[in-house]
Amino acid sequence: LGDDRLVLGHRVSEWCGHAPILEEDIALANVALDLLGQATMFLRLAGEVEGKGRDEDALAYFRETVQFRNCQLVELPKGDFAFTIARQFLFDVYAVTLLDALSHSTNSELSAIAAKALKEATYHVRHSGEWMLKLGDGTEESHRRVQRALDDLWRFTPELFASDDTDRAMLAAGIAPDLALIKTKWESLVRDVLVRATLTTPHDVPAPRRAGRTGQHTESLGHMLAEMQIVARSDPGATW
Amino acid sequence: MVARILPTRDDVLAILDSVMDPEVPVLSVRELGIVRDVHVGDDGAVTVTVTPTYSGCPAIRVIEQDIIAAIEGQGIAPVRVVTSYAPAWTTDWISAEAGAKLKAYGIAPPPPVGAQSGDLVQLLRARPAVQCPYCNSRETDVRSEFGSTACKAVCWCRTCGQPFEEFKGI
Repeated sequence: LGDDRLVLGHRVSEWCGHAPILEEDIALANVALDLLGQATMFLRLAGEVEGKGRDEDALAYFRETVQFRNCQLVELPKGDFAFTIARQFLFDVYAVTLLDALSHSTNSELSAIAAKALKEATYHVRHSGEWMLKLGDGTEESHRRVQRALDDLWRFTPELFASDDTDRAMLAAGIAPDLALIKTKWESLVRDVLVRATLTTPHDVPAPRRAGRTGQHTESLGHMLAEMQIVARSDPGATW
Repeated sequence: MVARILPTRDDVLAILDSVMDPEVPVLSVRELGIVRDVHVGDDGAVTVTVTPTYSGCPAIRVIEQDIIAAIEGQGIAPVRVVTSYAPAWTTDWISAEAGAKLKAYGIAPPPPVGAQSGDLVQLLRARPAVQCPYCNSRETDVRSEFGSTACKAVCWCRTCGQPFEEFKGI
């Protein structure tokens, strides 16, 4: 949860000063800030649960690529605006459905963070959902670009819902929800918007994989982390 | 040695009424609803519990420093600010009176949120029109869900032609 938001927040922040219009520059910067704020809360909790004295900064700046547990969807380079919006939309719908369920977690700290993050995620999904309609049902070029982005991104979505033993143990303990149910909700929400946006839902990809969740990442995560971690690693413990 | 008179909780709350939000300077931190508790210990140490509006809100550190400076400025020390995340902040904690101050400042006050409905489909549909804080028209458009700060949306009034911000309900 923390790594997804840390990595995506960094990717979204790459638009700061580069977005097509001023309002969008501000909107994406705000989304990035929310995601980093949520990452801070989740990683702080993860560090506390681990009990080895690692805080959120230690987890963000001093882990290697293979130790990151984010899904591959969030680490892909930002691409063009259509790619960023399509990725954001697929993630935002996943975020609201998952956070909604996690806000009822039996773990009170997790449920508190999820309830807070859910409020923010509702505005994120309004934002990206609105843009899916504008781009999909917009010009010939915007339609073509967002459809291509969707087709490219689709194969990274099964990972969001693939369970392993840890997920099953958390489900049994009432800490985390059944990802199969999250997938059903996600699909119906995504399809609802894609139909209205005159976009074609890509064909399903057969085998769900847990690539990023087990530390197997695309090449681009390493490049991103190198940039993100360089200052903290050059002068460990620096404060300003 | 002069006996120290311990501050009361009300003393501290009165001081907090003068601490304004750095990004919406017409509202105090109490009116904004981010001060969740004030505790004065037997030794006079003050603990103020705050909750952030948005988890990535960059103003929260400034707010903490402003709170400490204001209370210590009245000769009360030590002061500690702790952060609490549950229950999550909601704009429902902004009073009607404070909402009127926002409107006078040119920011449409947040609509009532109530309990989270859990209806996720509704999220992806149009939300009710925002009332223009200048001419009260509901003929308005949301230009962007994100404004100069995370807590505000950018709107446009078709009646009076005035751009304005809305304090979003969360």
